[in-house]
Amino acid sequence: MEERTPILEMRHVTKRFGNIIANDDVSLTLYPGEILALLGENGSGKTTLMNILSGIYYPDEGQIFVEGKEVSISSPKDSFDLKIGMIHQHFKLVDVMSVTENIVLGLPGKLDLKQAAADIRAICERYGFEVDPDEKIYNLSVSQKQTVEIVKVLFRGANILILDEPTAVLTPQEAVKLFAILRNMKEAGHAIIIITHKMHEVMDISDRVAILRKGRYITSFVTTETTAQELTDNMVGRAVSLNIERPEPVDPKDRLFIQGLTVKNEEGVYKLRDVSFTARSGEILGIAGIAGSGQRELLEAIAGLQPVEYGIINYIDDDGTPESLLKKTPVEIQAMGVSLSFVPEDRLGMGLVGNMDLSENMMLRSYREGHSIFTNRRDPAALARQVVEELEVSTPSINTAVRKLSGGNVQKVLVGREIASAPTVLLTAYAVRGLDINASYTIYNLINRQKAAGVAIVFVGEDLDVLVELCDRILVLCDGRVSGIVDGKTADKNEIGMMMTHVGGAHEG
Amino acid sequence: MIDWLTFIPRAVIQGVPLMYGSTGEILTEKSGNLNLGTPGIMYVGAISGVIGSFLYEQSCGGAAENMNGFLAVAIPLICCLGGSALMGLLYCFLTVTLRANQNVTGLAITTFGVGFGNFFGGSLIKLTGSEVPSIALSATSNFFRATLPAAENMGWFGQIFLSYGFLAYLAIVIGILASVFLKRTRRGLHLRAVGENPATADAAGISVTSYKYLATIIGSMIAGLGGLYYVMDYANGVWSNNAFGDRGWLAIALVIFTIWRPAVSVLASILFGGLYIMYLYLPTGMDNLAVKELYRMIPYIVTIIVLIITSLRNKRESKPPESLGLPYFREDR
Repeated sequence: MEERTPILEMRHVTKRFGNIIANDDVSLTLYPGEILALLGENGSGKTTLMNILSGIYYPDEGQIFVEGKEVSISSPKDSFDLKIGMIHQHFKLVDVMSVTENIVLGLPGKLDLKQAAADIRAICERYGFEVDPDEKIYNLSVSQKQTVEIVKVLFRGANILILDEPTAVLTPQEAVKLFAILRNMKEAGHAIIIITHKMHEVMDISDRVAILRKGRYITSFVTTETTAQELTDNMVGRAVSLNIERPEPVDPKDRLFIQGLTVKNEEGVYKLRDVSFTARSGEILGIAGIAGSGQRELLEAIAGLQPVEYGIINYIDDDGTPESLLKKTPVEIQAMGVSLSFVPEDRLGMGLVGNMDLSENMMLRSYREGHSIFTNRRDPAALARQVVEELEVSTPSINTAVRKLSGGNVQKVLVGREIASAPTVLLTAYAVRGLDINASYTIYNLINRQKAAGVAIVFVGEDLDVLVELCDRILVLCDGRVSGIVDGKTADKNEIGMMMTHVGGAHEG
Repeated sequence: MIDWLTFIPRAVIQGVPLMYGSTGEILTEKSGNLNLGTPGIMYVGAISGVIGSFLYEQSCGGAAENMNGFLAVAIPLICCLGGSALMGLLYCFLTVTLRANQNVTGLAITTFGVGFGNFFGGSLIKLTGSEVPSIALSATSNFFRATLPAAENMGWFGQIFLSYGFLAYLAIVIGILASVFLKRTRRGLHLRAVGENPATADAAGISVTSYKYLATIIGSMIAGLGGLYYVMDYANGVWSNNAFGDRGWLAIALVIFTIWRPAVSVLASILFGGLYIMYLYLPTGMDNLAVKELYRMIPYIVTIIVLIITSLRNKRESKPPESLGLPYFREDR
């Protein structure tokens, strides 16, 4: 291999948070004009490592070299000055400000928004971005916000770009667009580090792959010389199977009957219109759709959390008697065995309390049980231990505040708790959002186990590859309407993608 | 019928303390610090000015002709700014550096500030040994209340626009400057970003801590001037304990009323000043004094109505700074 001078080098970097070691003696090299994928399970310290580069965290030990010179990055400003730009997983944007204001934020000099807006337009033209500099951030879609983040970094003249799970919030089409942009930037000589959990993206976009496991640097590969299987095995530390099973449904019976469901949000905008379907026991019904097409409202309407304009939601007993859920309170619906686990983008928003520890969060589900005036702490603690063990949650103990766990681990706690409540209907949305491959498969297996136990599962997902492999039937939502229901075994990804944007999959002109 | 020619100037002088208080509090809140200590800080600003001018008057033997006009104004002004800056610093040290709860700290500062004012006010009253429970600093007050000589000859125009002491005009200037600062300057943009989303500001290389400290201390100094204006101009230099009343809380209510816009606060303060004394001007008849007391609720009722209207409109720009009241720690997970 030819001699190249690295543009960035980290040597023996260690970072601790209290007792938790996030990065342990990590060394990493990045060359100009290459895309390096950083691969690792949740909590393996990828984001922490990148935050060290962007000046958010300061390493406890180790050295960083940029273009051969040793540097100390003690604040985000130092990081900009070294031409390092990071696009965070949670966007660092001020909602009530305009695109331009956000982009010039933190820069020195006189404030000239008109000039800045013109410069931004020029950058957009050069790289093919579509974004209006005068638009307010809260009016933008997720993918537009990400574009703003990238423009922001380019506006500052960054040479080294770090992207933390950039595709987690994008539709497949948007991801393709993003990759085209990244390739453009690579051609222009920028060095890029990308964190992603999606193996096909790693294989698609990266030149090299570096693997972290439990905070340690394991090894790196040239992408063309390795396989997804090899990467995954190294990441997890043992051999894993990459196939999702789809056992045949056993004795499916109608469990949930929904007809003509129509829901308006607080502003009076229709979020669901005339949605009808049946969910059967022992079957996984997938819900596909662009983010915000009514997935959340659908699940919340079933769980009794969302007022319904009109329509029928019936729970059907084993002996076939229907019972309407519309007049029941969320607590009664839960008692009937309808369980909802919704993983919002910020993960902590629904269902878990950040400052409470694992076993206390388990108690949120069970505190109503029992007759004593004192709460039962023993069973939730046992459940917490079980979830930690089965889902391999990496936590110092079950008495650690949930807030302190990494995102993926938080999610395992949430999904694990919902599944443990032994439901008859399991509503789950974005259960694997942001989870690494190994953890995702653990969740798929858990869901399949519930399926085998005869639970009717409604699985809202974003990754079409997974939906097609896991679900028995897939309902496609488009702007609050049912665009169609397809059979999971014969479904075609492109066809579903089309149905997500046009009701009934009406073909493009 | 209301006599507008006397009502408007009265409304303005009622409004000036509120103007200072709300402008200071807006700057503070824009940094994400909900400083409920403002009422106390205004008390401290007032009593610091009173102590300063008391000592200066004493040193001059209490005779106005011995007093230098510049010093008579500068000494209380500096004492007031110093006292309220220290209070702002204390608030910041507790909430930003030690990350104490902002509400609790703010309320404690208010309790402390009011007590501090009453303690030293009471002591000064004892010192002078006066018959009434108040001290009069009329010599100093006259310097604060000096108006343009031409004002009296200009009829209604002079009465409405030119009849105030310099602190009243300064309040308007500060309000407008604060508005320009927030809207048009880079530092203003940074300050807003700190209050909206400190993590974003931090990642953009803005020092969240120094912005919070500076905004809060400067905001406190501005608020403190409101206290000084009240004693020296509005009350003719007469300090009596608790006379300042609930104006500090009204200033905080005004911040919400103006939806965090200092320029609006200039007009809104005068409006509130008017509402505050409206009960004196509304014809109620002599035998209906209870109704008069009810009229005193007007400013608070208007605040509640505005709160309801702004929350109904649900516009993102009219929401409080998003991280208002929340501590920020960079390495928090």
